[in-house]
Amino acid sequence: MANLNLVQAINLALIQEMEKNPDIVLLGEDIGVNGGVFRVTEGLQKRFGEKRVFDTPLAESGIIGLSIGLAMGGLHPVPEIQFEGFLGPAYDQICSHAARMRSRTRGAFTVPMTIRIPVGGGIHAPELHSDSPEAIYAHTPGLKVVMPSSPYDAKGLLVAALRDPDPVLYFEPKRIYRAFREEVPEDEYTLPIGKARTVCEGTDLTIVSWGASVIQCMQAIEKSDKSIELIDLRTIYPFDMDAVAESVKKTGRCVVVHEAPLTCGFGSEIAARIMEKCFLELEAPVQRVAGFDTTMPYYKLELDYLPDANRVTRAIEDCLAY
Amino acid sequence: MPITTAYEAKIERISILDEKGNFDEKLGKGLIPDTDLVKLYEAMVSCRQLDQVAFRLQRSGRMGTYPQNMGQEATSLGASYVLRKDDWMVTCYRENCGLFWRGVPKEAILLHWMGDERGNAMPKPHWVTPIYVPLGTQMLHAAGLTMAARYKGEDKIACTFFGDGASSEGDFHEACNFASNLKIPVVFVCQNNFWAISTPSKINSAAPTFAQRGLSYGMPCLQCDGNDLFATVYTMKKSVEYTRSTGLPCFVEMVTYRLGDHTTADDASRYRDKAEVDAWKNRDPITRIRDYMTARKLWDDAKEAALLTKVEEENAAAVARAEGIDAPHRSDFFDSMYAETPQDLVVQRETMHTHSLGQDPSQLPPEAQERARQMAAEAAAAHANH
Ligand SMILES: Cc1ncc(C[n+]2csc(CCOP(=O)(O)OP(=O)(O)O)c2C)c(N)n1
Ligand SMILES: [Mg+2]
Repeated sequence: MANLNLVQAINLALIQEMEKNPDIVLLGEDIGVNGGVFRVTEGLQKRFGEKRVFDTPLAESGIIGLSIGLAMGGLHPVPEIQFEGFLGPAYDQICSHAARMRSRTRGAFTVPMTIRIPVGGGIHAPELHSDSPEAIYAHTPGLKVVMPSSPYDAKGLLVAALRDPDPVLYFEPKRIYRAFREEVPEDEYTLPIGKARTVCEGTDLTIVSWGASVIQCMQAIEKSDKSIELIDLRTIYPFDMDAVAESVKKTGRCVVVHEAPLTCGFGSEIAARIMEKCFLELEAPVQRVAGFDTTMPYYKLELDYLPDANRVTRAIEDCLAY
Repeated sequence: MPITTAYEAKIERISILDEKGNFDEKLGKGLIPDTDLVKLYEAMVSCRQLDQVAFRLQRSGRMGTYPQNMGQEATSLGASYVLRKDDWMVTCYRENCGLFWRGVPKEAILLHWMGDERGNAMPKPHWVTPIYVPLGTQMLHAAGLTMAARYKGEDKIACTFFGDGASSEGDFHEACNFASNLKIPVVFVCQNNFWAISTPSKINSAAPTFAQRGLSYGMPCLQCDGNDLFATVYTMKKSVEYTRSTGLPCFVEMVTYRLGDHTTADDASRYRDKAEVDAWKNRDPITRIRDYMTARKLWDDAKEAALLTKVEEENAAAVARAEGIDAPHRSDFFDSMYAETPQDLVVQRETMHTHSLGQDPSQLPPEAQERARQMAAEAAAAHANH
């Protein structure tokens, strides 16, 4: 066991899987000597050499397009996109190719690759360094979308992604890169993609969240005198609707919390599924706490945009008032 | 059939005042009148001082991440000096010196990095676009802006700036191709400062020059010493003349060096040698001009001291203006989304302090409605006091 933060947990997972699987290669902007702008790949080029860990020209479409070829050619590439805001140029390669390759070739070609992407706000970063685009990719059939909220989960989910036969977008919430440490086993373990985690159990209300927002939810729960169950989705797609439905059937009330904008945020899908699966048990309409339907503001106002514990508390109260 | 030569090219490199003080009279004489030279020098010193101020602001928590311009002042300044004031300048984020020369208020740049969108509200008459964050994207806008101007019968051109790294992005190549094929008068200026964060420029181009990127789009290409203000001015004069008279694009590589870290979030000592940085410090664009002016008796220590006092005051005033701006209201980011704010967004704005999102307030139970009314009243009162 080691006491690690999220950055270190990801770094450890990469090292251990690269040692086991010689077909894993890492590529991206500044990931080599510099270890990535967040130091997630620190020391890996030194350890595994430039053949397996290399800097690319500055072009996100190129990084993903090349990775797709590497994956079709039998490797497991782990491209890094420096910030989620720069997924734009890579969108075509991800959605027009990576997502569709298996189905359009009926499995003759596949794209096992893990795209690592720092995500989300709260670190006072410049424009396009604070967005939450996970729903865009969850909306694209053929992709898996993962977002850990703790070092322990980060390691287990990344190992699972690195062994997955399909393309996985692995979003790393920057806000909690170094926010806290926890015990992370040195030994091998995986957390299955598609399985949620019940962070704490309760009977009055269910909160569903993922990524850094899980922390805000925990703060709101600590302040509340109600018995609240918190489900960390861990995987946005395929999502663990069984876990959500089981909990909401028990509590009859649900609040969904995410940083991304409200409209067509993944909370919309969760709310609709709860309608479908738990209508007869519902005591109140599902409440959503999300980013607003605006451009993510520059950092002077980012804390007014991002869901915080107070907003979660209000939603809990609203939901319980029915 | 014998093998013939399908195409052959050479790239000219322009250097006029080198780091040892050698001055090419043939190219340099009369290029920049002495009175202008003094003003240009003052602009570089002022920009450098502001750069240092911004660095300290970031370190003391008064500014977010900031990319220093240090060492690259002569590139954008040379262009800005040559361009007509109504030509478009479409830049990235290391062109402060050229922007200030045009009259862009310093607090606009400061505010951007202080996390405030109001810094992007570039006053129209400066014909500049705001700072661009996604690399490689702005060159297409430069082409569109110029095409629109031509469409309206104006004879302006555009000059667009980008780094060695950004020239790897697909959009950059599309911009070059569009400008050439659709005959749009844009001067493409690549600031090759040898690094894209930690990535050396050789990873972004295996060719001997960045200038030759323009060749494959049929553009005339020049390279110049980007730390030599005379060379940047000379090169821009030739390029701007060509583009204005033909209506066709051309390409310039300015060879320079990023003396500072990539941004305040970076630590360049992780990936580059001090010796390399020190060598480039000897090629500083500012000292080069100062030495030249001193030798020609245009400048002396007293003038230098007076200038430093002046720029410190001016820049302190710019910082004061940036920091003195009213704090944005908590809901400001709703109001600039559309010309007319959609009703759903209005509801989100009005209820941002009182409700879960997306919940129609009329559907809340009475108890929650009452609480919401109270909170709305409190929020309105807070707004009124704001
Ligand atoms: C599309 C995109 N990808 C990545 C980044 C992150 N990033 C910011 S600056 C930079 C390096 C830029 O290098 P270069 O174009 O040479 O300009 P310089 O910083 O050297 O002036 C990178 C990778 C970005 N801003 N936009
Ligand atoms: Mg560069």
